[in-house]
Amino acid sequence: MTLPLRIVVNGSPVFYEGAPGRRLSDVLRHDLGLTGTKTGCDAGDCGACTVLLDGQQVCACLVPMGQLANRGVVTVEGLGAHGALSRLQKAFHKHGAAQCGACTPGMLMAAVELLAQRTAPTRTEVEDAIGGVLCRCTGYVKIIDAVLDAVSIDVAISAGPAVGTAVGASVLKVDGLAKITGVEKFGADGIPADALWLRVVRSPHHRATFTLGDMTAFTMARGLVRILTAADVPANAFSIFPELRDQPVLANGEVRYRGDAVLALVGSRAVLEDIADDELPIAWTPLPPLLGFAAADARLVHADRPGNLLVEGRVVRGDATVAAAYTAEVSIETTFVEHAYIEPEAGWARREGDRLVIHVSTQSPFLDRDETAHVLGLPPDQVVIAPTACGGGFGGKLDLSVQPLVGLEAWLLDRPVACVYSRPESMMASTKRHPAAITTRMGCDADGILLSCRVEARFDTGAYASWGPTVANRVPIHAPGPYRVPNVATHAVALHSNGPPAGAFRGFGVPQAALAHEAAMDQLARRLGIDRLEFRYRNALRSGDSTPTGQVLEHSVGLRACIDAMRPHWKRLLADCAIINAQETHLRRGAGIACMWYGIGNTSISNPSTMRIALRRDGRVVLLNGAVDIGQGSNTVLAQIAADALGVTLDHIDVVMGQTDLAADAGKTSASRQTFVSGKATELAALALRQKILRLVNADDTAHIHFEDDSVVIDDGTLRHRLDLGRLDADALDHVLVGEGRFDPLSGPLDEHGQGQPYATYAFGAQIAVVEVDVELGTTRVVKIVAAHDVGKAINPQQVMGQIHGGVAQGIGMALMEAYVPGRTENLHDYLIPTAGDVPDIECLLIEDAEPLGPSGAKGVGEPGLIATAPAILGAIEHAVGIRPDVLPVLPHRLYALLRG
Amino acid sequence: MGDYVRPAGLDEALEHLARRPYAVVAGATDLYPAHVGRSLQGHLLDISGILTLRGIVRHDDHWRIGATTTWSDLIAADLPPLFDGLKQAAREIGGRQIQNAGTLGGNICNASPAADGVPPLLALDAEVELASVDGMVRLPLAAFVNRSRSTARKRGQLLTGILVPQPALPCRSAFAKLGARRYLVISIASVAAMIEIDCGLVSRARVAVGACSPVPCRLPELEAALRGAVLDKRLGDCVTESHLAALAPIDDIRADASYRRAAVTVMVRRILNQLGPA
Repeated sequence: MTLPLRIVVNGSPVFYEGAPGRRLSDVLRHDLGLTGTKTGCDAGDCGACTVLLDGQQVCACLVPMGQLANRGVVTVEGLGAHGALSRLQKAFHKHGAAQCGACTPGMLMAAVELLAQRTAPTRTEVEDAIGGVLCRCTGYVKIIDAVLDAVSIDVAISAGPAVGTAVGASVLKVDGLAKITGVEKFGADGIPADALWLRVVRSPHHRATFTLGDMTAFTMARGLVRILTAADVPANAFSIFPELRDQPVLANGEVRYRGDAVLALVGSRAVLEDIADDELPIAWTPLPPLLGFAAADARLVHADRPGNLLVEGRVVRGDATVAAAYTAEVSIETTFVEHAYIEPEAGWARREGDRLVIHVSTQSPFLDRDETAHVLGLPPDQVVIAPTACGGGFGGKLDLSVQPLVGLEAWLLDRPVACVYSRPESMMASTKRHPAAITTRMGCDADGILLSCRVEARFDTGAYASWGPTVANRVPIHAPGPYRVPNVATHAVALHSNGPPAGAFRGFGVPQAALAHEAAMDQLARRLGIDRLEFRYRNALRSGDSTPTGQVLEHSVGLRACIDAMRPHWKRLLADCAIINAQETHLRRGAGIACMWYGIGNTSISNPSTMRIALRRDGRVVLLNGAVDIGQGSNTVLAQIAADALGVTLDHIDVVMGQTDLAADAGKTSASRQTFVSGKATELAALALRQKILRLVNADDTAHIHFEDDSVVIDDGTLRHRLDLGRLDADALDHVLVGEGRFDPLSGPLDEHGQGQPYATYAFGAQIAVVEVDVELGTTRVVKIVAAHDVGKAINPQQVMGQIHGGVAQGIGMALMEAYVPGRTENLHDYLIPTAGDVPDIECLLIEDAEPLGPSGAKGVGEPGLIATAPAILGAIEHAVGIRPDVLPVLPHRLYALLRG
Repeated sequence: MGDYVRPAGLDEALEHLARRPYAVVAGATDLYPAHVGRSLQGHLLDISGILTLRGIVRHDDHWRIGATTTWSDLIAADLPPLFDGLKQAAREIGGRQIQNAGTLGGNICNASPAADGVPPLLALDAEVELASVDGMVRLPLAAFVNRSRSTARKRGQLLTGILVPQPALPCRSAFAKLGARRYLVISIASVAAMIEIDCGLVSRARVAVGACSPVPCRLPELEAALRGAVLDKRLGDCVTESHLAALAPIDDIRADASYRRAAVTVMVRRILNQLGPA
C-alpha cells in the first residue's frame, strides 16, 4: 500500500507519509504535536485517546493510519472555535470535572459525539456515551453533571472571588483551563524530538536467577544505541527510606518479582518497538516463587531479613484481654490493588552543563532528586526534578520509576532520553496496595461501651521495602477505629514475598484495617441489639479523649457531628430498604455504615513543608510551590490560601509547581498532608511577604496592601505609600521580595508500647452505602452513598467533594471488583476499575470542626474519602442478605458461594 | 513490519490472500491490543476499504450482514424484533468507541470464548460466507468457530458476510450478559435466545451461551424442551442445570466453573421469561 494520504485534522488538511499500520494516536502526538490526545493503554481499554473520526468517537490507539484517507479527525485541540471554549469545556471547568486531567480530553470527545446526537440527553445516555472512558479521580460525578449542564444555552462560569474571600469558595481550578483544552503537559507530552528512547526489559518470572549473553552483539545487530545493565549503575539500589535501599535500578543476576527491571534498551522509538523481550540474550533459571503470606517459609526474599519480616509495629495500652460482656471477632482478607492512574509513568531527562534535569510525572520531586542523585553518585543539587502535570498518583508515583534510568543515560550520553511505560509495564512494575489478613477482636460492656480491641494484621509487602514500613506503623495506630477504646493491643507485620512491591496507596493500610474494625462494630451492635449508627455514635472519639497511643485530642474531632449529619439519611435509607425488601424478588436491598479516622501527614516522623511566595518586579505574585498537584487540586487550594493571606485576588497569583531548584521542599504529596501542612506553610509565607512589604515602608501590621502593575500601594489608614517595584533589587528570576514559610506540625516517635503523638491532627468521617444484591446471581450494585467528612475547613468545597467522589469510587472498586494478579491482570480489561455506570449518586456532607493548627482550620481529605466506603458496602451486603463477605473483592461468584453456604 | 495492503475491491483482496498469508484487519480493535508497546508484525490485509462488505441487506428468505458492518451500524439499522438480541449485544460490546470501529466479522474471527456477538448469532442460526479466488462457500457459524481462538477459515479465504435466515413465523430475541462492572467488561457469561411463535406456543427456540465453553454454543436439550411450550412469563421455569450439558465452564479470574453453570441457569430462565408477552 502506498501512502501519502490526506486527512483533515481539526478542520485543516494534513498530509501523512509513513507506515499505514501506525496508530492514529501515535501520529497525532508525535508527528502533529497534538499531545492533548492522551494514551493510557494502547489497547482500547481506557478510552483516554478518544477522538472523533467522521463524527464518531473512536480510540485513536486502535485506528491504523491506512484507514484515514480523506477522513476527518477532531481532537480536543479542535473543540473550541477560534480559541474560545466550547460549551462543554466551559461546563467541565465550571463543575470541576477535570481532576488530574488525563482522561479529560477523551471524556470531552466522547461527550461531543453524544451532544451532536441528543439535544437533551438523559443521565443514562450520558453514562452510555462516556462508559468507554475510564476516570480514576472523579468518580464520574462531576463529569456527568458537566455533560448534562452543557446543554444549557450558556454555561456561566463565575468570576473569581473578591479579595479576602478565596478561602471557602469553590473557585475554579487554576490549572483547569489547561486540562480541558489539552495544552497541559503530562510526563509524555513534552519530550524533545531529538530524544533517545529508553525501554526497560523486565522479569517475566516471579523469582529467578539469570545470566546475560552478548549484549554488545545484540546492540549492534539491532541498531540500538546501548543496553544498560546492572554493571552500568553507579549505586544500584533505591528505596523510600535511605536505610532500607533494597530495590535495584537494574537487577544483578537475580529477580524477586515479575516486573523487576533487568535491562534498559536505548535507541530510537522505532528500533525499540521492533524488539520483543524474549529476543534478548538472557538465560533465565526460574525458581519456585514465594507468593502470598510467607512468614514461616524457608525461602527468604532478602537474605538479611529473617522470616521475611520487613518491619512490625504495635500499640499497647491498658489490658486488652479485659473481660467484656459482648465480644466480636472478625477476620478479613484483601488482595493487591492497582493504582490504575490513567497516565502511565513517563518522563525524560537532559543534561544541562553540570546539572541533570529530569521532567517527570511524580508525587515526590525532592525524594526523586535525592534518590536519583544517590544512584548516579551526584550531589543532590546537581539533579533537578521538574515535575510535569501528574495524570493521577494515589500513592503509586511516590516511588522512583523512570527517573534513575533516563537520568543516568542522559547524563552519560549528553542527549535527552525519554521513557514512557506501557500499560502492562506500569501495572507489572509499580507498587500495589498491600494484601492484608487482619483479625480484630473487640469487646464492650453491657451498655455498649467499648472496652477492648485486639488486632493482628499481616501485610504482604511484596519484593521490596517501598512504603511497607509506613503501612506497618500506621495500621496499629488506626486499627481500633475512631472510637474510645481504653484497652488496646494491636500488632502489624509487613512480610516480603515475590509479589510486586506493595507501597503507598490512598490510606496506607488503613482502608484494610477499617474493613475489620467496622465488621466487628456491626457484630457488636447486632449482639447488643443497638442500631449500628447509634452504637458508633455512643463510642465515637470526641474532643478531650485519648487515642490508643495516649494522644489527647484537644480539637477538631468532628466524628459525632458527621454521624449526627448522617442520622436522618440513615433512618430514611433503612426505611427505604424495608419497603423494597417487602416485595419478594431476587433483589435484596441493604444499608451499611462505616466510620473512619486518619492521621494527617507522615507517621511519627517530622513532616515539614517550606513554601515561598515571591513578588516579581512586574507586580505579579508567584507561589513557588514545592507541593505537587496530582489532580487533587493543591495548586488551587494553596493559591487560595496565599491570595487571602496576602490580600490579593486569585488571578494575581502565578503558581510554579514542584521544580526542585526553584521551590523549597514541601514534602511528598501523600498522607493527605498538602492542604494541612503546605497550606499552613503557604499562609506563613504569604504573611512573611506581607511583613517584608510593610517593613519597607514602615507601615503597621493592619495596613491594606494593593497590588498594581509595577508597584504596591500600602495604606495604613493615615498614610498611603507607593512602593515602586522597579527600584528594588531583583534576583535572576525578577523576584524583588520573597516570603518564606515553614510548617512542621508536632509529631514524634512512639515508644516501645506504641505510645506518643504520631500525628498532629486527624480527619474523621462516616459513610452510608446502600446496595442491591441479586441473590440469584451474587451480583452487587451500589445504589447510593452518603459521605460525611470532617475536613476542618473546606478551603474549596467543590474540590473537597471531588476528593470524596473519587475516594468513594476507588472504595467501590476495592470492595467489588479490583484484584491484581501478577501475570494475569496486567491490563485494564482483566483488571477492572469502576466505570461511569458503577458509581452511584454520592451525597457529600461537609463537617467543619476547625483544626487550630491548619490554614483557616483545614485538615486533609485525600485519603479519608476512600477509607469508609468498602466497609460500608460490606455492611450493606450483610444487611441485605444476612452474610458478610470477608474476602475482597466481593466478586459475584464469591458472594454466590456464600449465599449458597 | 511486513506488507500492509488495503484494497478497494473484493477480488483484489482475494488475490492478495491467495498469494500469501495475511492477517485480516477491519476495525483493528483486536489487532492493536495484541501489539501493545510493539510495532505491528506480519503482513496485514485491511478490508475496511471494500465498501461492499459493509451493511445489512434483506433478501427473500434471509438477511445478509456484511463482515465489516460495525456494531454501531447494526444498532442504527432499522431491523425487526428478530435482531433485538443482537442489538442488545452490540450495545454491550466494549464502549461506544469499540462499537463504532469493531465489526461483526472481526468478533467472529477473533473467536474468543467470551465474544458477545457470537451467542446471539448462534441463536439466529447464522451462517458465514467465505470467499476465495476459488469461489464462495457457506458454513454454519457453529462449524466455523471451531475451537477457542480458532476458526475453520482456510488459507486464501475471507469472511465476507453473515447470513441470517428469516423465520416464517413471528419471533422474538434477547441477549443478556453478566460481568463484574457496568461497561467495558469481558463477560463472565452471556446468553442469547430466539423463539419463533405459533398461536401462542413456542414453535422453535434457539438458546446459546457464551464464556462457558471453548466456543459459545447452543443448548440443544433446552431447545427441544421448549418446543411446544406455552409462551408466557414463566417460559423459563422449565430450565434446569441438566439442560446445560453442552457447556464446559472453567475457573478463571472472573468466576469459577460452578458459579458459571449456576448463573447461566438463572440467566437463561430470566431471558426466556423476558421473551413472554409484555
